Amino acid sequence: MAASTAVLLDVKGASRSFGGLKALSEVSLHINKGELIGLIGPNGAGKTTLFNLLTGVYPPSTGKILLNNESVGGMKPFKINHKGAARTFQNIRLFTAMTVLENVKIAFHQHARHSLFSSMLRLPKHFKGEEEITQKAMDILKIFSLADQAQETAGNLSYGNQRRLEIARALAAGPKLLLLDEPAAGMNPNETRDLMNLIAWIREEFDLTILLIEHDMSLVMGVCNRIYVLDRGVLIADGTPVEIRNNPKVIEAYLGQEA
Amino acid sequence: MKKLNTKFWLGIIVALAFYGLVQVLLTIGIFNDVTRSMLLLVGVNVMLAVSLNLINGITGQFSIGHAGFMSVGAYTSAILTLDYDVPFVLAIIAGGIVAAVFGVLIGMPTLRLNGDYLAIATLGFGEIIRIVLLNTEYVGGASGLSGIPAKTTWTIIFFFTLFTVILINNFIRSTHGRACLAIRENEIAAEAMGINTTLYKVIAFTIGALFAGMAGGLSAHTFYVITPGSFNFLKSFEILVMVVLGGLGSTAGSIVGAVFVTLLYTYLREFPEWRMIIYSIVLILMMIFRPSGLLGKTKINFGKLGKKEAKGNGSIDSSTP
Repeated sequence: MAASTAVLLDVKGASRSFGGLKALSEVSLHINKGELIGLIGPNGAGKTTLFNLLTGVYPPSTGKILLNNESVGGMKPFKINHKGAARTFQNIRLFTAMTVLENVKIAFHQHARHSLFSSMLRLPKHFKGEEEITQKAMDILKIFSLADQAQETAGNLSYGNQRRLEIARALAAGPKLLLLDEPAAGMNPNETRDLMNLIAWIREEFDLTILLIEHDMSLVMGVCNRIYVLDRGVLIADGTPVEIRNNPKVIEAYLGQEA
Repeated sequence: MKKLNTKFWLGIIVALAFYGLVQVLLTIGIFNDVTRSMLLLVGVNVMLAVSLNLINGITGQFSIGHAGFMSVGAYTSAILTLDYDVPFVLAIIAGGIVAAVFGVLIGMPTLRLNGDYLAIATLGFGEIIRIVLLNTEYVGGASGLSGIPAKTTWTIIFFFTLFTVILINNFIRSTHGRACLAIRENEIAAEAMGINTTLYKVIAFTIGALFAGMAGGLSAHTFYVITPGSFNFLKSFEILVMVVLGGLGSTAGSIVGAVFVTLLYTYLREFPEWRMIIYSIVLILMMIFRPSGLLGKTKINFGKLGKKEAKGNGSIDSSTP
């Protein structure tokens, strides 16, 4: 790897315990700008816990998390989002009673320039600001082919579309780093392939860096530049898909030790 | 946007026509004093319900201390008009502002709590205010303040209520209101999408307290007397009942709920022994047959009040792209 490549995310020895349970211990990893990185591991390995640390759901017990050379460990989630890391959730967390359009608009809130008072008094600034948000949100929905359903209640979307809407919403926040927690979970092979093409496309289009948790191995092996493997809270391997596939430790973690 | 404005002004015209009609009926004496004080009470209750709906229905923070904010506004404005000869309208606004300050002070520590815990904390706050007032000589202790000039007129109450509904509805139907809705829908996701959830909870709480304070001031200047007892937790529950009956999360619903409960209360006054029984039966029947409230999740649309939405649809933004 070229030494000159800019590092976007740098995790240094991050640990997290819940009472006596050590969910993550001494995890160190780095992601360069523009990379698409896979994070894999058996169930309960700590993948989502790592996502939660990266997005501020809870602070790391020890260790450092640097986003764009700025320490974000222990920052509140909304602050980290403003700093440029947006995520999706393993169990979809949409604003189900709101419309598809409103879901995306929420992510634009941080860029809104009209104040509370201009909104309450309906000053010209309010209308300008709201129109801008609507416009931008519709643009994002068009990319995800959800524009036709903009006025639909988010909870009424099909499962696949709910997953897509979550990614659209995360993208609307204008992140540099996109964290996707099992985006293809529950999708059929065709939907998964479409989704992967879409992810590859938005990565180019929006100049994104992506960290992806996924269980579908063929998918991870197919698209990722590098892969990190977690097992029982410890990082046991990292490397290119080919290296990971042939790594005995990884095979052991997934299939158990040979008798 | 143009379409939205037309609807808005149409609604204003309808509201003003209603105002004029009532004003004429009051002047020529078709509406008697009983009806008049009921109308004033309706206005106060609409303000209370709409402001509580912002906290409970829109932001999803279950608060049952609204009477506390009301009492702060009532006492502040009554003291200002009684002891300092402050002009009436200014005193009402000042009452609202002091209540809003309490909203910030109470909101910052308690809004970290969720669900039941927040409900208990806000209930406690309401009771603390009542007990403090009860034991303060300056505000008359248990006998309260009396001789408050009855300056609240139909005109005053109408315009305060109208502005309350417009301002709160404007708030709800903006990016700021959507931020509050997002908190109700999924707090973790809202936070992850860059919404400062603590800030917006406090904002909703403060705006709610502001208008509750003004409603308190207006009610103090309607009935000559205020006592700490009139702002107990039963009053908080009464406001909550209006919001829930009308439909949590719907401004139009809160208005309908407030009108409905006030009328029910007023007309049942003639049957004191049956009053609470009938009231309770109405509530039970409501919860069985229309658990989502009279108007469900109807969004307010000036000029088109009561437009039905699909059940379970809490969307409030109707601006089309």
